[in-house]
Amino acid sequence: MPARIEPLAITAMSATSALGRGIAAHLEAIHTGATGLRANDFSSAALPCWVGRVAGVEAAPLPPEHVAWECRNNRLAWLGLQQDAMLDAVTRAITRYGATRVALLLGTSTASIGATEEAYRRLDHGRFPPDLRRPWIHTLHSLAGFVAEAAGIQGPALTISTACSSSAKVFASAERLIRLGLVDAALVGGVDTLCDSVLFGFHSLGLVSTRPCRPFDYHRDGISIGEAAAFALLERVAAAPASPRLVGYGESSDAYHMSTPEPGGRGALAALDAALASAGIDAGAVDYINLHGTATPKNDEAEAHLLARFPHRTRASSTKGLTGHTLGAAGTLEAVLALLAIQYAAVPPNTGCDAPMPDAAPWLALRPESRTIKVALSNSFGFGGNNACLVFARAASAA
Amino acid sequence: MTAGLALGVTGMGAFLPGAPDWPSLREVLLGHRDPDPVARAKPAAAILPAAERRRAPEGVLLAVEVAAQACAMAACAPAALPCVFASTHGEISITDYVCTTLANAPLDLSPTKFHNSVLNAPAGYWTIATGCTAASSAVSACHCSVGAGLLEAASIACSEATPVLFALEDVAAAGPLAAVLGTRTPFGMALVLTPATGGIRIRLEPCARPVDAPLPTIPPALHATAGNPSSTQALALLAALAAASPARLLLPLSSGLSLALEILP
Repeated sequence: MPARIEPLAITAMSATSALGRGIAAHLEAIHTGATGLRANDFSSAALPCWVGRVAGVEAAPLPPEHVAWECRNNRLAWLGLQQDAMLDAVTRAITRYGATRVALLLGTSTASIGATEEAYRRLDHGRFPPDLRRPWIHTLHSLAGFVAEAAGIQGPALTISTACSSSAKVFASAERLIRLGLVDAALVGGVDTLCDSVLFGFHSLGLVSTRPCRPFDYHRDGISIGEAAAFALLERVAAAPASPRLVGYGESSDAYHMSTPEPGGRGALAALDAALASAGIDAGAVDYINLHGTATPKNDEAEAHLLARFPHRTRASSTKGLTGHTLGAAGTLEAVLALLAIQYAAVPPNTGCDAPMPDAAPWLALRPESRTIKVALSNSFGFGGNNACLVFARAASAA
Repeated sequence: MTAGLALGVTGMGAFLPGAPDWPSLREVLLGHRDPDPVARAKPAAAILPAAERRRAPEGVLLAVEVAAQACAMAACAPAALPCVFASTHGEISITDYVCTTLANAPLDLSPTKFHNSVLNAPAGYWTIATGCTAASSAVSACHCSVGAGLLEAASIACSEATPVLFALEDVAAAGPLAAVLGTRTPFGMALVLTPATGGIRIRLEPCARPVDAPLPTIPPALHATAGNPSSTQALALLAALAAASPARLLLPLSSGLSLALEILP
């Protein structure tokens, strides 16, 4: 089991998703349970399903100085950075520590592949059209390359792309860089946009529901794909002793199958156990779990095995009925929702579920609940059996 | 502040056309011979079960081949070994297939090709084939993928006091993407890094990039790998490890930093 880690302060955070732009829109959804999903109006060919689409991305071009990075995914990243004074917080960290002492760790599953798809739709005698002959937007590091430039970060910059656990793992990587003294702060986050690749790709696997997704519902039949940009700034606790904290994390591999989770949830349990050990807490100390809860029959069945570890007073929900499955952005988006649960004493509801699976029902918060949350977990599991579990705590209980 | 990360390199793996394993590439890097024009062009990837080997894309074959070589040399069981798989551009041939299919008949997209398109396909196939339940990751940093990927692997080794497998692979670009991304030759390399004593001692430290940082040099016989900055940098690193004499190398790490890699006596 991993050794206990020193907590880190979350000194700024932001979220942009189908629920709206910024923390306030997400807090409202936590309190009302109103979904941001809508009938698919995105894919280049018809596909009957529901999507979590961010309104207005098409009308928000990048500023002229960043035009070389122009593409829908970087637009969403830029929109996200504008919310909740996120860029100001990064600028303060750069002023305090120096631009090369701030790391950038971003998760994404497909980055700006939407631009590559467009280039293939508009091939000009077998070549990309001139406006899309920009190598940077056709590679996975496009997002991090753009955000580093836009935010002025010059420290280590890395894209983590482990499918749907990508932007949970960025917290772990950031903690290690800070613990080793390689940097003093890290901007972590995840950005993934809707694109044909994921809509038709998950459809080909039979994993997309034709209805709004129903996490942990007895009749659940697949995911609703969403898009999001979410960010968090991590610093040592001394920099902001009153801020909520990252207190632990665990990572593991299923070693089972490329696109199906291990049915007993053993890989996920290994990540959970490692996360609790690194936080130095027992399962009984956990007040809220933001579940991965994709609403596929197999994910939710495997993940429900984890709940048996917790007392019934621990509340749990998947927020994918609110936002859709935002894939590589889900790890950070749902970390932000877990942190909001701590800060505002509000359990986000498991929107979309009417008939809860019996082995999950005792823990599920089907409706919004008010209660004190000192410790919150966030689960993220990806293709290839890639698991991550994060532990957050409010300042008072983290010592 | 840090005095850098001190590690030992206990295992090495490599694959490129004409030098399909570390012993043969080492001979080329030391100038003892040229790449063998009749050496096999496809990675054996013998660690994969036959059915998986048929299903896996080339990047996966490359990655598991070099990873298995490095683990064998390090006499290190993969099952408990955290792993970091890096790539400059990922599985470009699958990206080409996916985008071509989406442009013409999106509902015909192959589910196997789709799940093979994720950057963590090599990590997925590797952990499944070796029964590895430790943390696995898939990373990219474009032309900084060697430096940034190595720092990620080294930070796991040093902060969690465990050996770590680091692998990097790129396949040749295919289709219209080839004119944009430019990688012309498949290449793979892997290292087993240990925080304990043993192997070739190295030290890694981020440092401000000198204005005139020299580009790493590699033997002329390997210039065919040019076009992919990662393979050029990785070959320079492997050349320094092959010589196993004190050396200092600067690898691009970010817009403001290089990763200084020292090979210690």
